[in-house]
Amino acid sequence: MEIGKLPIGDGIEAFIDFTTTHFAFITRAMSTAIGTGLEAMVEAIMFIPIPVVILIFAAAAWLISSWRVGLGTLLGFALIWNLGLWEATMTTLALVLIATSLSTMVGIPLGIITALVSPIRRVVMPVLDFMQTMPAFVYLIPAIPFFGLGPVSAIFTTMVFAMPPAIRMTCLGIQQVPKELIEAADAFGSTASQKLFKVQIPLAAPTIMAGINQTIMLSLSMVVIAAMIGAGGLGGEVWRAIQRLWMGRGFEAGIAVVIIAMILDRTTQNIKFGKWRKE
Amino acid sequence: MKLQVKNLYKIFGANPEKGLEAARQGMSREEIMSRYKLALGIHDVTFEVNESEILVVMGLSGSGKSTLVRCINRLIEPTAGSVMIDEVDVTRLNGRELRTLRLKKMGMVFQSFALFPHRSVLKNVEYGLEIRGVAPKIRAEQAQKAIDLVGLSGWEEYPPESLSGGMRQRVGLARALATDPDILLMDEAFSALDPLIKREMQDELLALQSRVGKTIIFITHDLDEALKLGDRIIIMKDGRVVQIGTPEEILTAPADDYVEQFVQNVDITKVLTVAKVMRKAISVTYPKDGPKTVIHKMKEEGLSRVMVVDTDRKLLGLVDVEDVLTAFKRGDKTLTQILDREVATAQPDDNVACLFPEKKYPVAVVNTENKLLGIVKRGSLLAAMADHGGKDGDR
Repeated sequence: MEIGKLPIGDGIEAFIDFTTTHFAFITRAMSTAIGTGLEAMVEAIMFIPIPVVILIFAAAAWLISSWRVGLGTLLGFALIWNLGLWEATMTTLALVLIATSLSTMVGIPLGIITALVSPIRRVVMPVLDFMQTMPAFVYLIPAIPFFGLGPVSAIFTTMVFAMPPAIRMTCLGIQQVPKELIEAADAFGSTASQKLFKVQIPLAAPTIMAGINQTIMLSLSMVVIAAMIGAGGLGGEVWRAIQRLWMGRGFEAGIAVVIIAMILDRTTQNIKFGKWRKE
Repeated sequence: MKLQVKNLYKIFGANPEKGLEAARQGMSREEIMSRYKLALGIHDVTFEVNESEILVVMGLSGSGKSTLVRCINRLIEPTAGSVMIDEVDVTRLNGRELRTLRLKKMGMVFQSFALFPHRSVLKNVEYGLEIRGVAPKIRAEQAQKAIDLVGLSGWEEYPPESLSGGMRQRVGLARALATDPDILLMDEAFSALDPLIKREMQDELLALQSRVGKTIIFITHDLDEALKLGDRIIIMKDGRVVQIGTPEEILTAPADDYVEQFVQNVDITKVLTVAKVMRKAISVTYPKDGPKTVIHKMKEEGLSRVMVVDTDRKLLGLVDVEDVLTAFKRGDKTLTQILDREVATAQPDDNVACLFPEKKYPVAVVNTENKLLGIVKRGSLLAAMADHGGKDGDR
């Protein structure tokens, strides 16, 4: 007996065709808006003298974290400048920044709702599993009809790939708030939103922050992969190096990615909440 | 009457109606569990709490005492029955009304302290007021008062985790008192503290209560604690009330074997009052009665010592048989010469333990106006203790 191939692929294609023909005008408009914003951001940074930008970044890293991270930032960015990867790095940083902020803006509220409403949790969790295990490259394909070739498609695919940890960790953080504290908040007559903002979110903050840190790291890795659909930046450099077998150039761009990753990781790990968060 | 709980039931599980029906018809907890897969938490509990009274709910773990206290402020939703606070049925309130009630009338103290780790001591104590929407300045003032009341002045800006267990629970108590609630629910509030701190906190709670006069429902599994704090005690077992009574009623007339088992382990001298072991005083009146009358009375009653009172029955002292005989031989007309004014006294509410150091018996029991109410003889004291199962070996 023979069973024909199930038309899963055809179905998805039809679905995406349908949504693009009917809704692409929205996504294209978003694309233009985000694209313009991104360009403006990169141009603004490029307008400032490079040493000044490096000093600002180093100072910020020092303030948020420690003098060591500040010094590392200074040396790291100096190296990137020296390698001639400054503009590419700034583009990548801007992409990561936008993708991360959009991911957290969507991910944290979704994570809170997921934690508080168990029927939603039963739907969201498997979807997150799907999003995280599906090979990241696959998202690149449908991104193009919606957002066109270029950085905005990259941001969209990055969001899909990088948002799950923000949702998951927010959900976990809220659920891990000790039951007695919830009871105490209830016993004093708190409304649901008072409970959320005065007890649950502050207590979940370190876990949520760990989720944001993960989101940033995943964004960075995805932004590089998204160079395949024209994201540009450091990923673009790597991609070009692959196509032309420029081994040295490829590694240089790779090192720049590692430097950014380390700076972002160390800095965001050290953001503190309240007076008594453990160092 | 401040609070009245009437025919309260709590059944855990889906579709509790069947279990409720079964419980009402007298089916046991185990049967309901095995037949309907429902857990009977509270089984037909009825009691009242008076204004400014400390009511202790005592029972072992699983007896339903924590569930009961949570049914009162509906942290746990009761299945049936009513909880009346100031003539309002709490079980019928909607969400908003319930929140207002919790906000204004009830404070709660938890076994695990349940302090907010991200807030300072002051901010923890302020929580209830903040929720109520009190202006920052006023709530800081009110919180400060509560902090002073529990003796934590100077610790306002510290994080709870830097405090010791006893101090943390003071914060918990201050947080509950800050909103000036009528009713305090204390769920095993001192159970997590070590014995010395626990005793200290109990003393302080009693001292505090004499000043603030809250209506307190105190949950504990420790009978000593229950006897010390409770104006009345409810003993629970398997979700039911086994006995309600004053500490003395519980001790002297345990309702059943279950209560008696608890009571057996209690040091009876700690809770037996003087009034309970007091006997009728045989006394003579000064200056009316002279040595001859006294000798006659002593002979009749078989006493070697007798209390002397004035015409208002106010205690003057006592006389000893040998001195009376001497006085009689001397030909004294009154007892002036032989009256021993240094009599050991006690009040009827005193604990019998305070009588032990006394060397001189009998001890006179007097009221606040020094009127003689009765006496405690050494023999009757020991007999009373033996009756109540006190462990003689301990003393």
